[in-house]
Amino acid sequence: MLSFVIRRLGTMALTMLCLTMIVFFLINLEPNLKKLAISQTEMHTSAEQLESWLVNHGYRQNFFVRYGQWLGVVPKQPVTDPATGKPTQRFSFCNDPLEPKFSGILEGDFGCSTKFKTTVASKLFPALGATGILMLCVLLVMVPISLLIGILAGMREGSRTDRTLSVASIASTATPEYVSGVIFTVIFASWLGWLNGSAASASQGITFYNFTLPVMTLAIYGIGYIARMTRASMVEVMTQQYIRTARLKGLSFGSVVVKHALRNALIAPFTVIMLQFPWLLTGVVIVEVMFRYQGFGYTLVEAAGNNDIDLLLGCSLVSVFIVLITQLISDVGYAFLNPRIRVQ
Amino acid sequence: MQVEYIGAFNIVLGVIARFWPVWLGLALVMGASFTYKKRLGLYGQLFDSGVGIVGVGICLFWLFTAIFAATVAPFDPLAQVPVMKDALPGALEPVSKLVYYFGGDKLARDVFSRMVYGSQIVLIIAPAATGFALMVGITLGLPAGYYGGRIDTVLSFLANLVLAFPVILLFYLLVTPGIMDTPIPYAMAGLFFMFPIIFFSVLFWTRYKNRPDRLYILLGLTLVIGGWVYAGLVFDADPFKIVHIDPNQLNIFVAVVFASSPGVFRIVRGLVMDIKTRDYVAAAQTRGESPWYIMLWEILPNARGPLIVDACLRIGYTTILLGTLGYFGLGLAPESPDWGTAIKDASRLLRSFIHPALPPTIALMSFVLGLNLLADSLREQSMKD
Repeated sequence: MLSFVIRRLGTMALTMLCLTMIVFFLINLEPNLKKLAISQTEMHTSAEQLESWLVNHGYRQNFFVRYGQWLGVVPKQPVTDPATGKPTQRFSFCNDPLEPKFSGILEGDFGCSTKFKTTVASKLFPALGATGILMLCVLLVMVPISLLIGILAGMREGSRTDRTLSVASIASTATPEYVSGVIFTVIFASWLGWLNGSAASASQGITFYNFTLPVMTLAIYGIGYIARMTRASMVEVMTQQYIRTARLKGLSFGSVVVKHALRNALIAPFTVIMLQFPWLLTGVVIVEVMFRYQGFGYTLVEAAGNNDIDLLLGCSLVSVFIVLITQLISDVGYAFLNPRIRVQ
Repeated sequence: MQVEYIGAFNIVLGVIARFWPVWLGLALVMGASFTYKKRLGLYGQLFDSGVGIVGVGICLFWLFTAIFAATVAPFDPLAQVPVMKDALPGALEPVSKLVYYFGGDKLARDVFSRMVYGSQIVLIIAPAATGFALMVGITLGLPAGYYGGRIDTVLSFLANLVLAFPVILLFYLLVTPGIMDTPIPYAMAGLFFMFPIIFFSVLFWTRYKNRPDRLYILLGLTLVIGGWVYAGLVFDADPFKIVHIDPNQLNIFVAVVFASSPGVFRIVRGLVMDIKTRDYVAAAQTRGESPWYIMLWEILPNARGPLIVDACLRIGYTTILLGTLGYFGLGLAPESPDWGTAIKDASRLLRSFIHPALPPTIALMSFVLGLNLLADSLREQSMKD
């Protein structure tokens, strides 16, 4: 087990290295750098001035040197002020080193956000916290509801309950966040006026009034999927011999379901819920933009829209890390939950 | 100028009437399918369950809407009639006396016509992108599953690499106006569009290599048609100017294929690893068939059930992805009538007007729902056998 985890962690590190390099390459394509230079300098600057801005801020160094600097394996050089010849900070707003120094991701320095004029860390981590709260609420809503639907549907395969719930869960997987978000807003905010169509005020304080719509919208897409997986797993368990034995022993149907079937039927949904995180990430981006909630997704869109290189790299790193770590947890957890795999 | 309105009942009637070519087409196809369902194999079996009928019906509905869009839609999707700005549903256009059935949007365009024309974009890009993703996934998944070993390790690592990208980040990196200035989208298109040609060439080669009369015709056809489409799509150099794709649509197309082919790859690989242990594969190996013959003519036909189901689901998923792209304003032109862009435009103004938002959302949802129901019913039918 330990060697398995270590091997997986090794693959994970390699994957992250490759992915960040790809992201780094794509973000630093020539048109993107041009766009950044234009947005960071005054209007109507000449091409030479744009070029000199890029050179002065260190964007014209060798690709691998810059990647190494970002990673923290190559020392970051301060830029030389062309007027005075003295070393100066690249960006005055985030305390870049004045002498060559290892300062990258590995040292915990995420770099400078050019859009928000602050360090990436001070922007990214509060946003992650806000999204964490949203995710927690979503999971608290999504997991129990979807498991309940799945179990009820899978308990008696082919019954009317099963058919109704199955069609309902198919319908919910057909409703992406931007569709359900619009529909819920129309119903609950415009027509009924019960809930707030914007979660912008949730950064100050979360209330039922401003937080329900984002949570509902995010949960609904996942509910269908998890419910269908739970149903499939439940259906499979219900055909097993030991369930028949328990029934023939004279146990009531309810107690067979709760005591014998549930425990085995819930192993598969665990992996599904874990693998749902990458999907939730995309959903988070849509929902946060739609309801103007200042979290991770909102930051990602701002960073991408304004070509904020370091911030976008930080966001990519975080999201890729979340995807990979949930994959790892799902694999390890599956082996722990399922005794048949542990024996082998 | 005062705008006149028609009542809710007339709106419903009018909309139903506008869809007349669609109803006609639906009636013909559904009627024929019902009559001959015994002879239609898996497709015919779909008509045994309510879910299947509804699924086929919704998919055909949108297919016919896309085909007859010019007849169904009363207005040009991009035409603006200033007086109709934010008009409520049922408003009469003063000049032509035609009705804005679902009202006008903030740029005074007909919401109904835009929804109808939006179906064209979705129904061209989503199935085509899924087709290419299937080709890429199958061509790479077969050897990975069959040979295993190093080739599997490398390909699986690459697939996991792409899968570890959150889709939205991938799109923000790959579908930007800036990237069109670089050769990256064209290089990726050049790579992906090779796969169908490779696939069909190998397919025919392995089967007919001892029968040159058939082989040369089929290979020739593949290379001529494939090369023609390839030239048109990648280099925009179709000599007859028939095959053409806008650069930004190519960009979207490539990004969607890139995002969904690793999923196909994983499924194909898993299926191949399962099927290659069967007796008929061993028999073919004993006969001395070449590995690619076994993969393409022994294993692939036996993996078709799950692949068809996956293709249906994947078209739906691709539709959702296209909507996501539209929602974030990536790739598609800002005035494009596709559903995602329409949802984006309308959702900004939900506080004042809700009518432009509902038609595209319901259209997108119903189409994906139809595909999912179809996939579910197909899965059920193929499990019965």
